Amino acid sequence: MKSSFDIIIIGAGVTGSAIARELSRFDCSVLVLEKDEDLCTGTSKANSGIVHAGYDAKPGTLKAKMNIRGNELMPTLCQELDIPFKQIGSLVVCTDEANRDGIDDLYARGITNEVPGMKILSAEEVKAIEPNISDDIVCALYAPTAGVICPFRLNIAMAECAAQNGVDFKFDSPVTGISKAGAKWIIETSSDSYECSVVVNAAGCHSDELHNLVSDKKYHITPRRGDYMLLDRSVEGYVKHIIFPQPTAMGKGILVTPTVHGNTIVGPTAVDIENKDEAPVTADGLVKVQEGSAKNIKGLPLKQVITGFSGLRAHEDGGEFILKEAEDCPGFFDCVGIESPGLTACPAIGEYMAAMIAEMLSLKQKETWNGICKDVIKPFELSSEDREKLIKDQPEYGRIICRCETITEGEIIDAIRRPLGAKSLDGVKRRTRAGMGRCQGGFCSPRVMDILSRELGVPLDSITKSGGKSKILTGRTKDES
Amino acid sequence: MKAEIVIVGGGPAGLAAAISAAKEDNNLNILILERDSELGGILNQCIHNGFGLHTFNEELTGPEYAARFEAQLDDLGIHYMLDTMVLDVASSVVTAVNSKEGVFTVECGAIVLCMGCRERPRGALNIPGLRPAGVFTAGTAQRLVNIEGYMPGKEVVILGSGDIGLIMARRMTLEGAKVKAVCELMTYSGGLKRNIVQCLDDFDIPLLLSHTVVDIKGKERVTSVVIAEVDERSKPIPGTEQEITCDTLLLSCGLIPENELSRSAGVKINPATNGPVVNESFETSIPGVFACGNVLHVHDLVDYVSEESGRAGRSAARFVKASKAEESPVINIKNGNGVRYTVPSFVRVNELEDDLVIRFRSGNVYKDNYISVLFDGETKLHRRKPIITPGEMEQVILKKADLANAPSEILIEITEI
Repeated sequence: MKSSFDIIIIGAGVTGSAIARELSRFDCSVLVLEKDEDLCTGTSKANSGIVHAGYDAKPGTLKAKMNIRGNELMPTLCQELDIPFKQIGSLVVCTDEANRDGIDDLYARGITNEVPGMKILSAEEVKAIEPNISDDIVCALYAPTAGVICPFRLNIAMAECAAQNGVDFKFDSPVTGISKAGAKWIIETSSDSYECSVVVNAAGCHSDELHNLVSDKKYHITPRRGDYMLLDRSVEGYVKHIIFPQPTAMGKGILVTPTVHGNTIVGPTAVDIENKDEAPVTADGLVKVQEGSAKNIKGLPLKQVITGFSGLRAHEDGGEFILKEAEDCPGFFDCVGIESPGLTACPAIGEYMAAMIAEMLSLKQKETWNGICKDVIKPFELSSEDREKLIKDQPEYGRIICRCETITEGEIIDAIRRPLGAKSLDGVKRRTRAGMGRCQGGFCSPRVMDILSRELGVPLDSITKSGGKSKILTGRTKDES
Repeated sequence: MKAEIVIVGGGPAGLAAAISAAKEDNNLNILILERDSELGGILNQCIHNGFGLHTFNEELTGPEYAARFEAQLDDLGIHYMLDTMVLDVASSVVTAVNSKEGVFTVECGAIVLCMGCRERPRGALNIPGLRPAGVFTAGTAQRLVNIEGYMPGKEVVILGSGDIGLIMARRMTLEGAKVKAVCELMTYSGGLKRNIVQCLDDFDIPLLLSHTVVDIKGKERVTSVVIAEVDERSKPIPGTEQEITCDTLLLSCGLIPENELSRSAGVKINPATNGPVVNESFETSIPGVFACGNVLHVHDLVDYVSEESGRAGRSAARFVKASKAEESPVINIKNGNGVRYTVPSFVRVNELEDDLVIRFRSGNVYKDNYISVLFDGETKLHRRKPIITPGEMEQVILKKADLANAPSEILIEITEI
């Protein structure tokens, strides 16, 4: 790979990938450096998967602006990139008469932010659309433009689209140093050195460290951990909207919502921690998740949990998105403090940052640019006619590997072979959902490992869960060695 | 496609059901649909011996046991399709997919559900900690070792003392791994006594009762787990934590019958077993849909699976021939003290082919107690048992003749001396 680029983006999460896709419209060379083995491995992989309506952010802030614009862009983006997205609407529920004002305030804030279609619903109206809502329901703020999205596909699709339009990606490349050499920036990674005119810092929880390497105006990010529980699809329909409690200083609180794939997700907690690379689920957190959901929803069958996970929000001390060229570092563009509503905002952040950079570098739009990108073909979402033809042409689409989610060998092969394809079990899981069901990969993981080994041409015992040292196997048995 | 009987799953239950149905009536067109690339189900990875003591009066390995059944298929003219996943079951239509036929349907007269069970995964256990490589269910580890020929780890802690966990403790040890401890949340093991002796005691592997895993450490691969003692409410007791260095955590924390197809078909499920409610013929709440093996209730011995499944297969064959059951008095079987569930749940006396075998599991450990059977409140059987544990299935056999004067209710209970 060449070592000189016009623009280097650090971080292949949703923010970096959104900016990469937007920059790929322009005539310039772009490299995305990612410290991990795959796209979507940090904050982007472990969150609520919510596209927020935008009533929550303080009017006039970038958080508000990017939320509203991101929400507007999302339906078209999801069509172009074949991303599962359902605009199911959200309810912020008030369960204490004393807090009714909070709902009015949120509504007023939403009006100022220009959130479309909001309504305050009475207790009866809420019960009519959410039969399992708490008996203490007082009223709720309904926002029809909120929705649920597959965060993995959003991230991966934007990156795939960027790649198909010429953006380079380099994985397993943690940035170890950034320095200035004349008009150019020099980026050192653990294995290589690159130069570029513009650096985009989209490093999530680590974005403060990268910024502080070059700028005298320091930022500080606190990783704010959130625990979640994911319930089996048998619970589908128990709640129909995204159900939020009333927000607090620590965030939007413990929500209960259907996911775009028909599971039910409950969480997150909000605990400030120190370690930016490890997000353990805690017993305390799981208790808080259960208690939190019980405040708003009656009798949620939490025994149907299929997994618990934890994610980190990149909370900057100022509590605002920082989206700008660092004042004392021309050509160094920050995306710092991208916490909620970051997933919603990412298409807007991509647009906003790309425009700034294009202006600075006087970039010209490409004559041809392909913004369309198809997901892995899912045979069970096709018409029966199309599916029969597909299986006839490619029999691997008739071979079920993941029983819980009905995922075929064809889908897994596609996920591995496509540009920026999967290299690990988690990579396959995020691209196809194989292993995401109720048995959590108990049946399919040895089979997915076989397919990975065959497709990548590597021995079975080099297959990892998520790259690096996360090998699944430690060697051969006595008979086989 | 058409068949008289479709058997969903070609493991021990499906094989026995198919064979007995064919023996009942050799003209029946019987089709087994198996999702794996070979018949035999989980037996294929169970290379230890101990199978078949009741059925064949000898100790076979899992694959040997399966082979005894598979060898009969061709002679009996039983058809099977491999790599074929059933997607939907309705009362007389089964929908499935494979790479040759695509999605196809089979119209049939009777269906036998033999989907087996799956292991409870880490996520369903709410174990705190990180999510590195090195956490496996015991059955997945067994497949990796016995089928793939690879080791899932070198230093192992096992949570749960179900039989697969016990078997894997020995298997991993024989393959050179160090099994440091088996932790069991309950005050008793969920596995067979013989497995505790042969798989743990013989290898000096400690079984820590009333212990659980409270943390998993290691970002990429497991580096250690923290275990702790639990109180009588199964809550970890602060101050009892011990960190054990290891690269692997195996989970043997229960099996869940795979009833997603049954549920979507509308089959009534018993919440105690997570399997269908069945009568003496192993027929579910949907006429013509039968269930047997671990999809019905989790068994300790495969021999019992084969025996029950034989009965289910014969019942399916008779259903296809006669299609309408005659009227019969119904006896409900009730769970008394200490009895978690019974299979069957009720009996149609006129449909009994032979003596009635009622299988059940206890909800706790009972020493020197009695198993009692009461017909409408009157004690009919009172048998002393030195030990009754949830890990071992119990049974009572009632003579067909005794049931002729049909009581309306049979109560089974565990009573103190």
